[in-house]
Amino acid sequence: MNAFFARRWLAVMIVLAIIPLTSCSQKDNAKDPNTVLVWHWMTDREEALEHLAADYQKAKGVHIQLELYAPSDAYATKVRAAAQTNTLPDIFSVLGESRDLASFINSGHIANLASAMEANKGAWKKQFFPKALATTAFSAGNQYKVTPGYYGVPIDVTNIQMLYNKDLFKKAGLNPEKPPKTWNEFLKDNQALKAAGLPGLVSGWGETWLIDCFANNYAFNLMGEQKVLDTFRGKVPYTDPDWLAVLGLFEQLRKEDALVSGVVTMVNKTAEQIFATGKAAFALNGSWCVNVYHGMNPDLNYGVMLPPAFSKKYPIKIWGGAGSSFMVNAQSSKLNKAIDFLQWLSAPEQQAYLSKETANLPANRQSLKEVPAVLAEFASQMDSTTHPTQWPVHEAPKVVEALDKGIQSILIGEKTPLQVADDVEAMKKSLAQNTSPQP
Amino acid sequence: MTWARFKDLFTTYLFVVPATILFLVFSLIPFMKVFQLSVFEWDGISTHMQFVGLQNFKNVLFHDLPWLISLRNAGVITLLALTFQNILALILAMIVDREIKGKNFYRVVFYLPPVLSGIVVGLVWNWIFDGSHGLLNHMLASLGHPGWARSWLADPKTALYGVAAIHMWKGFGWGFVILLAGLQAIPRELGEAARVDGAGEWYIFSRITVPLMLPVFFLVSILTILGTMQIYDIIISTTNGGPGYHTEVPITRILAAMLGSSQFGYACSLGIIFGVILLAVSMVQMRLSKWSAKYT
Repeated sequence: MNAFFARRWLAVMIVLAIIPLTSCSQKDNAKDPNTVLVWHWMTDREEALEHLAADYQKAKGVHIQLELYAPSDAYATKVRAAAQTNTLPDIFSVLGESRDLASFINSGHIANLASAMEANKGAWKKQFFPKALATTAFSAGNQYKVTPGYYGVPIDVTNIQMLYNKDLFKKAGLNPEKPPKTWNEFLKDNQALKAAGLPGLVSGWGETWLIDCFANNYAFNLMGEQKVLDTFRGKVPYTDPDWLAVLGLFEQLRKEDALVSGVVTMVNKTAEQIFATGKAAFALNGSWCVNVYHGMNPDLNYGVMLPPAFSKKYPIKIWGGAGSSFMVNAQSSKLNKAIDFLQWLSAPEQQAYLSKETANLPANRQSLKEVPAVLAEFASQMDSTTHPTQWPVHEAPKVVEALDKGIQSILIGEKTPLQVADDVEAMKKSLAQNTSPQP
Repeated sequence: MTWARFKDLFTTYLFVVPATILFLVFSLIPFMKVFQLSVFEWDGISTHMQFVGLQNFKNVLFHDLPWLISLRNAGVITLLALTFQNILALILAMIVDREIKGKNFYRVVFYLPPVLSGIVVGLVWNWIFDGSHGLLNHMLASLGHPGWARSWLADPKTALYGVAAIHMWKGFGWGFVILLAGLQAIPRELGEAARVDGAGEWYIFSRITVPLMLPVFFLVSILTILGTMQIYDIIISTTNGGPGYHTEVPITRILAAMLGSSQFGYACSLGIIFGVILLAVSMVQMRLSKWSAKYT
């Protein structure tokens, strides 16, 4: 081998040796007994969390190393991959549905925080909105066979309601302090808005989870929680008159021309822009929108309202609960330090700071006093919330997809509510007969 | 074997080792893993995987209607791209191939769309196709056709074609560059000799340019098919597969199975079937390409 090749070979070996060395700093930090490693995806809260981490180090002498991985899809994939290789950080989040969280727990990746929550007569637990804790809690007899307990620490809460533009209400001759409370009032207001040349409802219904949310609001309103859950259990068919009535509401929205053009393929970010710029009178959106709308149009004059009730039989239930929750790695050598940090982070002072800096609803009820008026309106309905993560039984994803896509078909006038109900029921039956996996 | 020969061989193989390791770790092992996962039911998290044999494949082929719709949608976009996109690319390449003023400028301009991110292109075209305030509707209204206005990407009659139009706009630059290179490789003397013999432009194009460009046409066709069947970013940034299933494509279905339903095994079987389809199409194209090369 000549000297030229020898030098080349040496260079290759040096490069190969350097590559693993570059990853040493993170591993060293992770091994440092005084460093708690946190992975998160919240770009909007990065600065506030860094500030709090610095405060924590000053107060307790423990270094909190925050690592941001965004967007949320990339974060979720990273967490899954880390679970496979047992390289999860001390604190992380599971972004997904209950079955994903259950799978992480059953695989031994997430610590049960029940004893910490219940200590001192449940002092820590009592600080939170119960609905926020319920998002990551499992009760006895749950369908995923998870040991009952609390598996997440909520750092903020959220709920999804309707917003209305007070200025557009005035333009249409409507009372801006009297948003519609019933479905008929809503349709009547829409007619007034339409007569004034003002568009009606906007939402990111190209993202099917928002359609699912709206449909569930009315399913709970029309038939109550028990019947909805019985549908998931297969005891009530989707062709039931109550479900047809739910689907019929979407048909009514189309026939009444109550939706902004293109809503059926619109992403929520676009819907937010449309509402923030006064191009829609109503929006269906979550409490995070307060921050978003403020960024887009600080002068936007709007109010919060519950989706107008269609039936008086059952109360309207809106989707809500924990917005973001942190989980503690069950295999972490710094488990107690991680729990201590999360207890500190969820204390009233830190929660108030986070809420103020990021315009999100705090998970700690004691921090609510300082939130802006619109956020307080959102917070006032936390008791009316529900969420799939809190239900004891869940619908198969393929059935949910068939329902949501079917609603899109109703909205574009392609299918009737009965056709969609038949399709969804057929999917449900096909899954029940087929024991093999189907998405 | 002499010591010198052994040393020589050893050194040779030693140099191959890094590339082999990289190939194994990043290509072969993941590829084999996909095959392995396709016969299991697995949620991507759990330590437990349930063996289901070929059941995933059976479900894909016989019970998954949205998957078949997604294949059809991708097929329609591919057919449109193969014709309109490549014809546009060829026309522009032929124009730029002539001695026209500012041809280098046009070369850069036509190559710009493929360089842009699909997400950005999708967002820009969202504004153009918007039903309420879109540029296209505004133009139609100013041309005296306000009745033609619609929400182009939310209307089931136009959504797929709208997405196809965006894809073609973004993709024609690739074909343009390759076709231009092919045109420039044709000796100019052939055309000049034909002209001296009295041949017209159409005769030169059909009897000289097309036969000599056949291998290039096949190459562009293969790239168009492979690129279009795997369309994803434009769909995500415009319609997200909707309305209904009207713009679902294979990649969005694979992701729906993987991330939406946490069914990694099923997603892998979708990926394998999709890969086999692409492989078969590519092989047919390559055969045709070889056949054409023989006769040109």
